Amino acid sequence: MRAWLAAAEASLLRSLVGQVMTLVAAEDKGTSVDELELLFSGVPAGEDPTTPEDPVLARLLPDGYSDDPEAAGEFRKYTEASLRSAKHQAAQDMLATLPLAGGRVQLTGDQALAWLKALNDVRLALGVRLGVTEDFEEQWGKLAQDDPQWTAFEVYAWLGAVQESLVQALG
Amino acid sequence: MSAAPAEVDLPRSANKPKSDQPWVTIVWNDPVNLMSYVTYVFQHVFGYPKKKATKLMLDVHHKGKAVVAAGAREAMEHNVEVLHGYGLWATVRQDK
Repeated sequence: MRAWLAAAEASLLRSLVGQVMTLVAAEDKGTSVDELELLFSGVPAGEDPTTPEDPVLARLLPDGYSDDPEAAGEFRKYTEASLRSAKHQAAQDMLATLPLAGGRVQLTGDQALAWLKALNDVRLALGVRLGVTEDFEEQWGKLAQDDPQWTAFEVYAWLGAVQESLVQALG
Repeated sequence: MSAAPAEVDLPRSANKPKSDQPWVTIVWNDPVNLMSYVTYVFQHVFGYPKKKATKLMLDVHHKGKAVVAAGAREAMEHNVEVLHGYGLWATVRQDK
């Protein structure tokens, strides 16, 4: 599929995707593991990791069980590291196909899929930070244009439009 | 030559121990994921036709959550991990 991005748009995407990459790469306090133990067993030792404290990370890396904290901890122990690296990889794949100065973007099916995932993670992160609800247009409409959050809502809306056009192109 | 069919006592579902119940993959509604994207993910991950994927997406949207797959626990956990990769809010539960 093909798209065209202005230089400012490409630079904005690069910055936002980069922030999510940093976020998923960093070890959260709740999920610290004994690296040596991990090296030998492939599985973190000790207590099962808990839901990340940062609400954005908690949304990007959600619990696998909603009604069983023990099973959720066990699930997280075995899946969180690979989920983090999968998200990191999607972001990296998107950045690799995002032209530095904007311009024409041409993507294969796999590359478009990486864009979908990485863009969605950015939208989830921004959505949590902004406290977006189903009535996001209404929330945005209530803000004054000089409110610092106004621009963030504008970016969020734009990301949604880019995501929508990608889905339509793939679907 | 054929043997007479043997009588088999099938366990009654009411007497089934809890551990025999199937497991399910649940997707929860959230305000960020686009309806078109959720439908696309259901089609792409589960191979569901567009009509079924759309119906499930609408169930998630209107009812707050929907069961999108059922089966062995390991398979449901795998589904959830894949759906988390797409940013959907999914969990595993034993069916009740």
